[in-house]
Amino acid sequence: MTVETAGVARIAVEKGRSGAVGDVVFRALTFLFALLVLLILGGVIVSLIIGAWPALRTFGFFSFVFTQVWNPVTQQFGALAPIYGTLVTSAIAMLIGIPVAFGIAVFITEICPIWLKRPLATMIELLAAIPSIIYGIWGLFVFAPFVQQYIQPAIISTLGQIPGIGLLFAGPPLGIGILTAGFILAIMVLPFISSIMRDVFETVPPMLKESAYGLGATRSEVVWRVVLPYTRVGVIGGIMLGLGRALGETMAVTFVIGNAHRISASILQPGTTISASLANEFTEAFGDLYRSSLIALGFILFIITFIVLAIAKIMLLRLQNQAGS
Amino acid sequence: MEQTLKPHRIALLGIAAAAVLSFAAHAAEISGAGATFPYPIYAKWAAAYAEKTGIRMNYQSIGSGGGIAQINARTVDFGASDMPLKPEVLEKDGLTQFPPVVGGEVMVINLPGVQPGQMTLDGPTIANIYLGKITQWNDPAIAKLNPDLKLPSTAIAVVHRSDGSGTTFIFTNYLSKVSPDWKAQVGEGTSVQWPVGLGGKGNEGVSAIASRTGGGIGYVEYAYAQQNKLTYTKLINSEGAALEPSLDVFQAAAAHADWKAAPRFYLILTNQPGKDTWPIAGATFILMHQKQDNPERARAVLDFFAWAYKNGGEMAKSLSYVPMPPSAVAIFMDSWKQIVGPDGKPVWDGHGS
Repeated sequence: MTVETAGVARIAVEKGRSGAVGDVVFRALTFLFALLVLLILGGVIVSLIIGAWPALRTFGFFSFVFTQVWNPVTQQFGALAPIYGTLVTSAIAMLIGIPVAFGIAVFITEICPIWLKRPLATMIELLAAIPSIIYGIWGLFVFAPFVQQYIQPAIISTLGQIPGIGLLFAGPPLGIGILTAGFILAIMVLPFISSIMRDVFETVPPMLKESAYGLGATRSEVVWRVVLPYTRVGVIGGIMLGLGRALGETMAVTFVIGNAHRISASILQPGTTISASLANEFTEAFGDLYRSSLIALGFILFIITFIVLAIAKIMLLRLQNQAGS
Repeated sequence: MEQTLKPHRIALLGIAAAAVLSFAAHAAEISGAGATFPYPIYAKWAAAYAEKTGIRMNYQSIGSGGGIAQINARTVDFGASDMPLKPEVLEKDGLTQFPPVVGGEVMVINLPGVQPGQMTLDGPTIANIYLGKITQWNDPAIAKLNPDLKLPSTAIAVVHRSDGSGTTFIFTNYLSKVSPDWKAQVGEGTSVQWPVGLGGKGNEGVSAIASRTGGGIGYVEYAYAQQNKLTYTKLINSEGAALEPSLDVFQAAAAHADWKAAPRFYLILTNQPGKDTWPIAGATFILMHQKQDNPERARAVLDFFAWAYKNGGEMAKSLSYVPMPPSAVAIFMDSWKQIVGPDGKPVWDGHGS
């Protein structure tokens, strides 16, 4: 062994060592960042529980969740009306948003002429860039009067006349209310769901689609039997992302939902959501019990979002297992 | 070395001097937080005061609840609330309160063909509308007050504030005074459990909904109704007179108020006596600690309000607030003796700038 080769070997070893040290530091650093997220999450949960404790102790968790009364004067608080409003507005948003988003994604990936593809996709993504307060103001000043004049009278005179489910569409046309909030939310979640659907639809290997077309499948058959089964995990992921956004949306909903702590049979009537109640009442919440009840509402929203995400994860796992077997 | 004071050294000195000066300027700054309703006039006073004295007043309009929390936490020099604190609460927290201005609230409606000031309403009728007992505009109770108006059978769309606010407190306090049913079923507060209606966020939310929804009715601050040319109504006061809203009738509410007899100025100017008194008015309040650790800052705050009482009347009127009558101001300034420094002496000597 010459001196030179020994030197080269030593350099190689040293390089390896310093690389190893760098690696350790890098790992520690990334682990620290990951840990930070967990710490923040834990901190939020703990402070929510501490803040909510006086209300939950006074009313009891279950009676707090299942009581409709929200009376700051007598200091009686129950979360049922905001929970109901949160779930119903999100459900309406999903009912409208998912089919439309699906249609947009299919059109862009399968049917749209190439020259229209990019501008259309960009415009839909721009919808996501509009701040929610703008949606709220637009909803209150432009969309709500339109709903009051044209959409709601039509609904009341058709769906509202059917015995039974007519109750869902009863009452004077007010323009703002649960249904309008659902509409606005649908528009807001649309870009999220459709851009994810578009992205996953584009991952379908052209070979699969070409084969199906070769066998004589129509466009809708290709979409339903080839594209959708291939991408269902991504599609559900996109829907859940949209649902998460709909559940937590605050400002836009506050403007158009009517902010009434009541549960009405009709979706044309005003209601409230958890985040809208918080936005409305937190600044002027006199008294510890009032403030604590609002924090308890926040805690419940946290739990609802957590459950939704957990269900989404479980569904995704099941689908992956099915696809694997 | 002394003879060669280099340019960059001079620059450094300059920066140091500027830093010292800006620190001094920072010391001449007073801070407050709270109610949103008086924010425009506090901001206007602050700008005029800063121009004259160089002392800046920084006011955050975060809401009365936030103002009370911040003064209790001593993060600001004064708090502001649209709802006066009860004497026992002031006692418990060692606070004192005084009102700088008075404001009035009006009912706004949206009925085709009805012009501002054409419709007349009274307290019990408004209470029954907000209780959901009167649901149509051609109800006999409204028709009786307005024999000359052609009233449609349109459904009444009741609009209220969705955010907690002093405006709501004054409005519900008035309804509680004129309607036993309202007092028993709903009561008064910065937010209440509304039996019927739609909630709008802020004055702008209420007026947007009330003026865009056919058959809408809502309550807003007078300044807001005036600036946005909303259709306000006349109101019948405690002595049966139908009045148009104006600064004069709000002023009458402030003038008839007996501040001397009110324990620690706990007085709400709704349904006050007097033929020319507007029924829904209210003062907004400043909160300060009675025991001040830093008498300099407390003195600066009181100097500011003494100046505002003396010179701020016209500015207040230009924004549709009512300044306090001189007799009341003397009573408020007398109460400032209770604000003392660590040595137990009053921080304000009675000679404002």
